[in-house]
Amino acid sequence: MIEAVGLTKRYGAKTAVYNLSFQVRPGVVTGFLGPNGSGKSTTMRMILGLDRPSAGHVTIGGHPFRQLPNAPRQVGALLDAKAVHGGRSARSHLLSLAQLAGIPAQRVDEVLGVVGLQDVAKRRSKGFSLGMGQRLGIAAALLGDPQVLLFDEPVNGLDPEGILWVRNLMKKLASEGRTVFVSSHLMSEMALTADHLIVIGRGQLLADMSVTDFISANSADFARVRTPQTEPAQREKLTAALMEAGGQVLSEPDGALRVTGLALPRISDLAHDADVRLWELSPHQASLEEAYMRMTQNAVDYRSTEDQLAHLQAPQQPGQPGYGMPPQQQPMAPEAPQQGWYAPPPPGQNPYAGAPQAPTAPSPYAAPQPAAPSDTPKDAR
Amino acid sequence: MAAASAVLQSEWTKIRTVSSTVWTLASALLVTVVMSAALCALFKSTFDDLNEVEQATFDPTFASFSGMILGQLAMVVFGVLVVGTEYSSGMIRTSLAAVPQRATFLFSKIAVAGGLALVVGLATSFLSFFLGQALLGEHRTTLGADNVLRAVVGGGLYMGLIAIFSMGVAAMLRSSMLSLGILVPFFFLISQILSAVPKAKEVARYFPDQAGSKIMQVVPDAMGTEKAPYGPWGGLGIMLIWVAAAVLGGYLVMKKRDA
Repeated sequence: MIEAVGLTKRYGAKTAVYNLSFQVRPGVVTGFLGPNGSGKSTTMRMILGLDRPSAGHVTIGGHPFRQLPNAPRQVGALLDAKAVHGGRSARSHLLSLAQLAGIPAQRVDEVLGVVGLQDVAKRRSKGFSLGMGQRLGIAAALLGDPQVLLFDEPVNGLDPEGILWVRNLMKKLASEGRTVFVSSHLMSEMALTADHLIVIGRGQLLADMSVTDFISANSADFARVRTPQTEPAQREKLTAALMEAGGQVLSEPDGALRVTGLALPRISDLAHDADVRLWELSPHQASLEEAYMRMTQNAVDYRSTEDQLAHLQAPQQPGQPGYGMPPQQQPMAPEAPQQGWYAPPPPGQNPYAGAPQAPTAPSPYAAPQPAAPSDTPKDAR
Repeated sequence: MAAASAVLQSEWTKIRTVSSTVWTLASALLVTVVMSAALCALFKSTFDDLNEVEQATFDPTFASFSGMILGQLAMVVFGVLVVGTEYSSGMIRTSLAAVPQRATFLFSKIAVAGGLALVVGLATSFLSFFLGQALLGEHRTTLGADNVLRAVVGGGLYMGLIAIFSMGVAAMLRSSMLSLGILVPFFFLISQILSAVPKAKEVARYFPDQAGSKIMQVVPDAMGTEKAPYGPWGGLGIMLIWVAAAVLGGYLVMKKRDA
């Protein structure tokens, strides 16, 4: 059990973590999420007594870390995969850590086997890939068979097989009744690994809830409806009918409609009553990734801007369709927001790309389909 | 509380499993012995060219340690690397997560590395002494002569203390590069140059290396050097104060600052 109360860390004028209070309970995998620079690693370091909090405190099993009796037997941590003397072999590195806690040398060979590094145990860690380094760090965390485990970005640099392995390892450790606290900036990974989520942004707590609660609280389910592109009148007719029935309709750039507030069978019935043919009717559930993006969009410290290449390209000819040109056909329904991660753009189209597709241009998604409406979710996530 | 014995054992594993330990300590020994031997051979062949004062105060023991000026630099590198690589590799966070008690961690590390440096230092000074005396011919002295044993053991102590001083400085600066950038020019250039400048040498004789090296002289004010206001053990005491200050400073930095 890890308990933080009012945890605050300031570096000069910058506040890295502000008034963070949470509990990490045993028996479940707790995901620790936040954008880059949101204070995840700082919080982890404070839990381990490496950084002193400016205010508040954090305890493990009721003790501040620096006062824990025989810390390596109680808490195992992977902070930085590359935090290893490159000239020392993997086995020697683990042996020096094992001796600190009176752990026998056989245990070192055991954990080397667990993480799959037994063949390179005698090699200097300088030549290790990032993935091998992660495995070595995980081995170090497992060494003392601790009840509390902290992992800072454990899947960075791992191959898919390694990611699956880490995922199963976390779940297994939690099922044994241990406290498992895993940080990541990859929501998709956490969705598969964690049971509980603690989300921070700019050092402040944004959410502390179970994964299922998090999705239902933050997701926005919608239906995507596509009418034949050759008949814009049908599209307008359907939009009117849907709005009349109480649905909210947003227009997507390629002409599809995004409908919320109406169930799929109802949309189909309404279309049938209005005598409109449908080329697509598909349910969409916002993924955890989208929910997370939406929650943290205001708390992102480092945001990329578009590469203008201003001095590298010839000036654009006037009149040439480019980014920002109004679409030729004014849609009746308001456009779906493209920025701000409300939901991803339809596959195969990048809203940030130069010229918007003309409404008549065939979208890879809008290929004629055998039967409409289709009730098979195409990309239900 | 991680037991001190466990930390000592772990630090010993850390030291013996990197090759930089072997290389720096071996070069400290080799450079000192070889350079001392070469200078002793030179003294023997050119003894008649020395002036009268230098001939009268010729110190065969001190002469056989003349290679330490260079050899001590390898000891500095050893001391700096033992502490500095913890920071440069990031290993310090793993180490301190395993041993949350800063004092236990730092002092165990210094005890193990300092002890090793002391052993190598003693081996170096005895080897330098015997080889140097063999090459000095008729100007030689023996281990049984007055104060000679004190000087030879002192030479070993001096080497060990230089290494420990460097560990303290590296713990304060938390960087191998910065520590080496300060210590190597200091011991090799600044201290040597200042000891030759009239007014500055009054201060320079209280530097750790200048004060500490007095323990290696059998003849006071050997070979025309200035008379110091302290004896051989007084000089070593001054050096010990420097070492204690550096180690204490390193401990305070480690205790106060975030890892």
